[in-house]
Amino acid sequence: MTDPTSPERTDTPLSASERITTEQVAKVAKLARLRITDEELIRFTGQLGDVLEHAADLDLLNLEGVEPMAQPIPLANVFRKDVPGPILDRDEVLAVAPAAEDGFFRVPPVLGESE
Amino acid sequence: MSSAIEIAAAVQSGERSAIEVLEEHLGAISERESEVHAFNLVTTDQAIAAATAVDELVAKGGPLGPLAGVPVAIKDNLCTRGVATTCSSKILEGWVPPYDATVVTRLAAAGAIMVGKTNMDEFAMGSSTENSAFGPTRNPHDLSRVPGGSSGGSAAAVAAGFAPISLGSDTGGSIRQPAALCGVVGVKPTYGTVSRLGLIAFGSSLDQVGPFANSVAEAALVCEVIGGHDPGDSTSLPQAFPAVSEHLSDGVAGMRIGLITEMMGEGIAPDVAQRIRAAAEWLAAAGAEVEEVSVPAVAYGLSAYYLVAPAEASSNLSRYDGVRYGLRVDAPTTGEMMELTRTAGFGDEVKRRIMLGTYALSAGYYDAFYGTALKVRTLIRRDFDKAYERFDALLSPTSPTTAFSFGDKTADPMSMYLNDVCTIATNLAGHPAMSVPYGLGDDGMPVGAQVLAPALGEVAMFRVAAALEGSLS
Amino acid sequence: MSIDLSVWEIVIGLEVHTELATRTKLFCSAPNEFGGEPNTNIDPLTLGLPGSLPVLNEQAVELAIRVGLALNCTIDRSVFSRKNYFYPDQPTNYQISQFDLPINGEGWLELPSGKVIGIERAHLEEDTGKSTHVGGGGRIHDATYSLVDYNRAGVPLLEIVGRPDLRSGDEARAYVSELRAILVAVGASDGKMEEGSLRVDCNVSVRKHGDAELGTRCEIKNINSLRSLGRAVDYEAERQIDMILAGERIEQQTRHWNEDEGRTLKLRSKEQADDYRYFPEPDLVELSPSQEWIDRVREALPILPAARRHRLCERSGADTAQAALIVERGLDDLCLAALDCGADPSRTITHAEHNLSDPKALELDPEMFAKLTKMDADGDLSSTQTKTVLAELVQLGGDPGEIAEAHGFKAMDSGELDAVVDQLIAENPEQWQRFCEGDPKISGFFVGKVMKATQGQADGKVVAGLLADRVPNAAKE
Repeated sequence: MTDPTSPERTDTPLSASERITTEQVAKVAKLARLRITDEELIRFTGQLGDVLEHAADLDLLNLEGVEPMAQPIPLANVFRKDVPGPILDRDEVLAVAPAAEDGFFRVPPVLGESE
Repeated sequence: MSSAIEIAAAVQSGERSAIEVLEEHLGAISERESEVHAFNLVTTDQAIAAATAVDELVAKGGPLGPLAGVPVAIKDNLCTRGVATTCSSKILEGWVPPYDATVVTRLAAAGAIMVGKTNMDEFAMGSSTENSAFGPTRNPHDLSRVPGGSSGGSAAAVAAGFAPISLGSDTGGSIRQPAALCGVVGVKPTYGTVSRLGLIAFGSSLDQVGPFANSVAEAALVCEVIGGHDPGDSTSLPQAFPAVSEHLSDGVAGMRIGLITEMMGEGIAPDVAQRIRAAAEWLAAAGAEVEEVSVPAVAYGLSAYYLVAPAEASSNLSRYDGVRYGLRVDAPTTGEMMELTRTAGFGDEVKRRIMLGTYALSAGYYDAFYGTALKVRTLIRRDFDKAYERFDALLSPTSPTTAFSFGDKTADPMSMYLNDVCTIATNLAGHPAMSVPYGLGDDGMPVGAQVLAPALGEVAMFRVAAALEGSLS
Repeated sequence: MSIDLSVWEIVIGLEVHTELATRTKLFCSAPNEFGGEPNTNIDPLTLGLPGSLPVLNEQAVELAIRVGLALNCTIDRSVFSRKNYFYPDQPTNYQISQFDLPINGEGWLELPSGKVIGIERAHLEEDTGKSTHVGGGGRIHDATYSLVDYNRAGVPLLEIVGRPDLRSGDEARAYVSELRAILVAVGASDGKMEEGSLRVDCNVSVRKHGDAELGTRCEIKNINSLRSLGRAVDYEAERQIDMILAGERIEQQTRHWNEDEGRTLKLRSKEQADDYRYFPEPDLVELSPSQEWIDRVREALPILPAARRHRLCERSGADTAQAALIVERGLDDLCLAALDCGADPSRTITHAEHNLSDPKALELDPEMFAKLTKMDADGDLSSTQTKTVLAELVQLGGDPGEIAEAHGFKAMDSGELDAVVDQLIAENPEQWQRFCEGDPKISGFFVGKVMKATQGQADGKVVAGLLADRVPNAAKE
């Protein structure tokens, strides 16, 4: 039985080639700030496809009414008091930074606004 | 070589000096390290300073911690202040943390002497330590074979006598599987019993730190030293670590032990399966009620894991971008700099998992992949909990085979992942499990028996493990 | 503004981020301080060092609950999520925020005008560091390199999302003012837009009155003051209407408000649409404040601006606009205390509205203020004299009676004034005849005579009233 809440799911498991395409791998590499060669693109697509094909066995499970478990512990409400604690020495930190200037971390020009 | 417990007693009584113990182990390291390559870094100077300090303390009359003078090797994904911590990755090559992981602090407070940072699969992703950017570690029993992974260096260090104890981390089996392949004891404690503060994250809801040792008793002692609540880790359970040492000799009479059906099937090498059956038979003979038990959802553990763990990892590894620390490959813009840095700094397996994880979380795919995996996780937990209504502990192989040869499984990532079929479900459930050496395979290489227990069920787990260990001597 | 508001409706929704006034950051104990040398408020988590872990600041939750209750929101079980995107001011390249389960659910706030604006939700999240762009005049597009300061990274933010119930630039400004006043009143924030502790992003769309569907909206960023907010809304609404009238489609986009040029500009478009890949933060556990905690916070909440306005109206008869002004100036407590001392309500309100703009007025002795209002209402002082006495009372304190006497403002006995008026009427019968007939040329004659006879001590209005009383019935209103 498939998960009824997910419109992308179908009743039969998809094969590796249907699971992930080179376009999707290229897109995901970009999202993750990774540059891959053409050879890697083809190789990784095949390898990721194998993993996803194996994972297709999950499609056979009846997950209706099953809650997701993000964490395996029964904890809630863990806090810290609002009291200042030790801070790092800026000079030590910047001494090992890839590039620094006047107390700042220095990076190449940043293009595009942040969110 | 002496055990950690013997060393601690000898140092405490003054019979041996910490320096002398250290020199013995440094000698072992200099003899075999060049062929085993358990370490990324041997911290000779710091170790000498620490051992000297212990000896001075002994001279003054203490007080000494329970591991005073005991050499320990630390997996290179645990932050050690002032000492390079690399995760066996080029992207962190030479990075020196400004702080210690909590477990490192606790070991130091107990008087243990760090002898070095051990080799691992890059960012803990792998089952053979072949994914290290600094060359593989070799199995001390047979140098043509892998030690397992990702904590291959820590397992090998103990197996080769470089240190009586070491620390590793386990996300899908990364302590237990190398323990089995190297013929040592390896423990993954209940999730939340050992602090993750200072453990460089791979799969945050799965990672736990745990010990390697040559005996169950030594492993128990280390767990008690490093475990227990840490307010600096929000996922740390409030209680102290279960008091396992006191129960090691309790025996198994009257305990109910289940042999997991799904982990004794066709994926398991016959010689390995045979050793586990022997273990089951011995336990029964020793007075335990031993039965087969089905934990159906564990069959889906691998699939769920390879969606959950990479998803968390893809986010945890985003911080490695060349801006604040570690490797930077320069470029005309920051965006390009980040890309070039990560591309040069990460190995193939890490890239694969980052991409897989990114995909599993991405818009349109979250429900089908990550969301589904989290639900399967609930099923796995449920099925284990059902089993633990009837049994105090469970039994299975740790690894489907004995140690394989280098290069055997590197061409096909999926074949490498299959090494974790017996260990992975435990991490998803958050339960404890440990591997105890239980004889040899047909090839003469070690076989490990895995003992599993419910959350905070370490006492039962260690009891069974100690009994099995005792059955071989 | 040239928009025909009888045809067009401007729809505005505001997202306001406020820095919470805690001593330390949201997930670590590095100090939460403004200003300071770059990278001096950093600890391992602030820099996203490997192995660092977040632990939630209890005080940030307390403040979030306070704000939630003050905005009439539900306080819900909530979860933290990671919002993943790469940017150098984001130390881990993800932001810990709240996505599908925020701490504060639906609520509302009341503007001084009485209009109610809906609140969709409010949630906790961590702030980013700051990058400055060097070279090329400081503009991001021409920079030769950038510098990053992480002092602000990890500071607790509460993001408050308002429903698109606002209909003008003025209403938008009133909403932000009111929200700021609430945040300051409950101690959650110092509300300083100019220091960045209060940030406003504005969503603007337009539609014709009567249209059921909302128009396509644009998000405007870089609004740094209330004045900019009003200007940006007006500009953007006009821009969109002009486009619609020209037959062009409005694209949903983020635009940047340029204060110098007075217009919004499209931001450089990104290569890829954002996919934040939200998932539950595995290093934190769920947050479900107990009912006891919530009740405790509710009981300790101070009186809020809207409640102050209502209270003032009820007790003094002030109207909505007066109450808004007086509360905004912080003078309502003084007025109420004066009323407690028997002050004349309408005089109190009038003076608070017009004659107490000096900051020292906040320290006025309510009893003395009350006494003054009574002297004023009783006609013991003319309106000019009242103002003089009040001004001195504000600057120097003292007793209004003594001040009046010192100035020679004799409290004019009402009987005395009657006598003066009667006498002047008797002395000027012809003019009195013309006055009673309503001759406009003679209307100021008697007031002038009375003022002269009393050396300006009579109150002109009171005199006019006395005269009117003496006019024979037929001529009265």
